[in-house]
Amino acid sequence: MEIPYTIKARPDTGLINAKLGIWLFLSSEVMLFGALFSSYILLRVGAVEWPHHVLDVPLATVNTAVLITSSITMVMSWASLMTKDFRKYKMYMGTTILLGFVFLTIKYFEYSHHIEVGEIPSKSTFFAIYFTMTGLHMLHVIGGMIVNSYFWGPGSKMWKTEPERFTNRVEVAGLYWHFVDLVWIFLFPVLYLL
Amino acid sequence: MELSHAEDIKKHVRVYISVFATLLALTIITVTISYFNLSVVPAIIVALIIASVKGSLVASYFMHLISEKKMIYAALCLTTVFFLVLIFIPLLAMSDRIH
Repeated sequence: MEIPYTIKARPDTGLINAKLGIWLFLSSEVMLFGALFSSYILLRVGAVEWPHHVLDVPLATVNTAVLITSSITMVMSWASLMTKDFRKYKMYMGTTILLGFVFLTIKYFEYSHHIEVGEIPSKSTFFAIYFTMTGLHMLHVIGGMIVNSYFWGPGSKMWKTEPERFTNRVEVAGLYWHFVDLVWIFLFPVLYLL
Repeated sequence: MELSHAEDIKKHVRVYISVFATLLALTIITVTISYFNLSVVPAIIVALIIASVKGSLVASYFMHLISEKKMIYAALCLTTVFFLVLIFIPLLAMSDRIH
């Protein structure tokens, strides 16, 4: 069965189906992370004391820069397809995936250190919400990397047969990736700086 | 967007680079301010304002929300309403606290 409206916009919505679909999905994601941010507020206002600067701020600052950089390489990969430069697309998409790995590696070192010194979720409310929120975010990063890797590798064959459809796919994958970046933009000050 | 808009895309790329530089600068600013030892309320306000500006930049330019179709704005307006309800639920709990 052929999937409708993958290239041409659907007349009633004015959008290709995938784009409307990803935005509806991202709306549900806003509610998922919103529930956790809401829990964070509730836990924090109810806490007698709340730790300040107990996490590794310099490392997390580097990780923030890494994710922001991956966002621009992601949007550049889409822009490269729009200018029909497939070679550049591969380079930018490859860099995005690589930056995802860098983010995960830094997070691995952070988590390892916490576990080593006994700062595990059961230690305090702060570490419980820290591991829950960053853990869920990390799963999103991994999910995005799997999708991006598919579009960098086997999925990129579509460029030869249906370039516009492939460009739309990359745009939609990009919307998800930018959302993951956006969540981190709020997680970073909330957990590391305040 | 159609493939024929290649020239427009080149202009967009310049915007993306400016947004990227702004995001990095705001990250440095927010980290620097966190070391000023402001009291809790101003610190939260400043950090959340900077995070909101950064988030808006990502959503507007990288996610192209600045020039999207009405249907997406409608879905996001509804999401915003429910998100705000979710965020303000803790305030209800605060007013319900037993002293």
